[in-house]
Amino acid sequence: MSDKVTISIKRSDPSKGEAPHFVDYEVPTQEGMVVLDAVHYIENNIDPTLSVRWNCKAARCGSCSAEVNGLPRLMCKTRVDKMGSKISIEPMRAYPVVKDLVTNVSHNWEIAKRIPPFTPKPGLPKPWKMAAIDITRSKEFRTCIECFLCQDVCHVIREHESNYLGPKHMVKVAALDMHPLDSIDRAGFLHTDGGVGFCNITKCCQNVCPEGIHITDNAIIPEKERVVNEFYDPIGILLHRRKKK
Amino acid sequence: MLVIGAGGAGLRAAVEALKQDVKVLIVTKSLLGKAHTVMAEGGIAASLGNMDKEDNWKVHFADTYVEGVYLGDWRFSEKLAKDAPARVLELEEYGALFDRNTDGKILQRAFGAHTYRRLCHVGDKTGLELIRTLQDKVIHSNASFLEEIMITKIISDGRKVKGAIGLDLKTGEFYSISAKGIVLASGGLGRIYKVTSNSWESTGDGLSLAFEAGAELMDLEMVQFHPTGMIWPPAIRGLLVTEGVRGDGGLLYNTKGERFMLRYSPQKKELDARDVVARSIYREIMEGRGTEHGGVYLDISYKGAKFILEKLPSMYMQYKEFSGVDITKEKMEVAPTTHYHMGGIKVDAETNQTVVSGLFAAGEAATGLHGANRLGGNSLADLLVFGKRTGEEAAKFVKNAKLSRIDDSEASAEVDRVLSFLQVKDPVNPYEVFEKLRETMSSNVGIWRNEEGLNKALAEIAELKKLGKRVGVSGSTKFNPGLVTALEVQGLLNIAEMLVTAARERKESRGAHYRQDYPDLKKEWRKNIVFTRKEDGSFSMRFDPVPELPPELKALLSKEEQENV
Repeated sequence: MSDKVTISIKRSDPSKGEAPHFVDYEVPTQEGMVVLDAVHYIENNIDPTLSVRWNCKAARCGSCSAEVNGLPRLMCKTRVDKMGSKISIEPMRAYPVVKDLVTNVSHNWEIAKRIPPFTPKPGLPKPWKMAAIDITRSKEFRTCIECFLCQDVCHVIREHESNYLGPKHMVKVAALDMHPLDSIDRAGFLHTDGGVGFCNITKCCQNVCPEGIHITDNAIIPEKERVVNEFYDPIGILLHRRKKK
Repeated sequence: MLVIGAGGAGLRAAVEALKQDVKVLIVTKSLLGKAHTVMAEGGIAASLGNMDKEDNWKVHFADTYVEGVYLGDWRFSEKLAKDAPARVLELEEYGALFDRNTDGKILQRAFGAHTYRRLCHVGDKTGLELIRTLQDKVIHSNASFLEEIMITKIISDGRKVKGAIGLDLKTGEFYSISAKGIVLASGGLGRIYKVTSNSWESTGDGLSLAFEAGAELMDLEMVQFHPTGMIWPPAIRGLLVTEGVRGDGGLLYNTKGERFMLRYSPQKKELDARDVVARSIYREIMEGRGTEHGGVYLDISYKGAKFILEKLPSMYMQYKEFSGVDITKEKMEVAPTTHYHMGGIKVDAETNQTVVSGLFAAGEAATGLHGANRLGGNSLADLLVFGKRTGEEAAKFVKNAKLSRIDDSEASAEVDRVLSFLQVKDPVNPYEVFEKLRETMSSNVGIWRNEEGLNKALAEIAELKKLGKRVGVSGSTKFNPGLVTALEVQGLLNIAEMLVTAARERKESRGAHYRQDYPDLKKEWRKNIVFTRKEDGSFSMRFDPVPELPPELKALLSKEEQENV
């Protein structure tokens, strides 16, 4: 590994009308260094005004999402020595830029508000009992760190104006639906307000998840199947057509 | 009601206040759901007795009080032990999904110095589940929240709060927030040390905000060093290795292959209190039985891959990604890391209110519960129990209080102060001051402390305070990390000065505070060191005796322990 690396950061301040432009910085490397360390080096030694959002630096909080060499990644989990001698860093493309690498992700709270919350079955004897095996499916989705990288890479969100919730929120819906004691059916919500039909399961979201959640396989596809069962049951449709004739 | 901080304590307080139909605004320095609470791994301590039927609140109380080395206030530890089970079950009803035992009840794991298996957990991501659950409650409520707002000043007349001034990092604009009551739930100050498990946010902001507003600070010298942090590669030094590893059977070895905890703590071994294990590891390293990177070995590989991947998925990922170590096959290298601040804002044990009327504090920012050492799992229990209590008390207060609006002159004075950092001629880089402070704290105010080192730290802090007056940055108020650091460092220097002063004053060893020159526990030092702000902004120090244990609680301790109180 060479002892220096060039970090090329896309900088801009839209409120000042500053157009996005790449600025190159030369950063000395250290063993085990991650991309976020390189950004910190720039911030601490070259330009303290470089804006970046980060918090835990341990791949737990999901704050430092960006596109590193064009790939949606957590900067704190991406090792410099695996990314070549020149590394480009850009803000997430699916969200409006606040400044430099920081984007405005607050839209996600509006989506989260739309999802019907956890509603336990009424009258359950307390304390609640659940078998260990029954919680495994929901548990996978609860490791989501809300980095929004799956939302960032989703082409429905990037390129289309739709009401589709996006993969992160599908994971949330699945976590609620697969809670053994939850009592509501969210298929109707997904079919209409959730816009689940827009997803054509290209699995891009699953590929970028830093937590390795099988977003498409375990969350989106089962949810789509439920919607299909409820609204596109072939036998039901057939009967419906015959009646029409 | 204004809640500063959106970690476990802040969100729990907000949820409670909302039940009383109080208008709640939550502000956070980061994004919602990113608070340091997400880093909590091991679990929530609550004596549900799902695994060991013998467990009850009395044992939990005694564990907490004794391991805090008799410095905590019993009124907090009693409430913690009594309320925790109900708070956990309530969280489950809010939607949290805990791991289960064979009866279908909440699974509880063993943890350091807890007599019974007591920690309710969600793999090694309990904090994340706690935050998500409360966050969902808040999102689906009518509370307002503002993200990425740094509160720079709490406005008070020294006796009563009026509100706070905050900088919106996203826009660079200022907020003047008038409030009848404020709950400070701003977390700890781990980042004052070079090697720490703490997040970006943990810069003790709440402590200086409260102190400047007239509140008292206490037990500042009590800083917890977690026994096991990662050490290699250097870029990730300090990252936490959960106590759950030891709870689930992980064993500690030195380079000679000795399981050294058998020597230091033959009874509790790897699962003794954190201060004991941290000091033992430190001693092994200092006496030359550590690895080339300055650590010892922690081994869980003998439990097999299936067990590890199910119980400790984050640890597996962490070592694989950052160190290239497969913990299902290899040993981990670990050394102590700064983890938690037992000290903080002094609050009333019944209401969590400070001496400033309308100013409340909860969670790590507050003090009094953990004494000289915090047990694992008690911090998440603390957030739920005292988050709720504080929310309830603050809401009650707010309902009977009158709003006094912040004057424009007060607001603009604070805005001018913040802006002044952008106009310094020939400025000193704030990072330089911050890094020097962290270095002196790590080298002189760490696990082993002595008069000479503490004096050195105080002298260096005095120099840094002079340098701190010349700190400045370029750019604007909008998402300017340099400006944020400049603001943080002002408060941290003051807090550091008080922390080191208290450490020098306490001429004994108790819990996390270990003095090489005074290695013994001294009964006459069973008192809390309290700091108050003087008119001129400097501090005065006083010593408060620890509240006496009532006889019925004293009876819960062993004979030997009763001698100590």
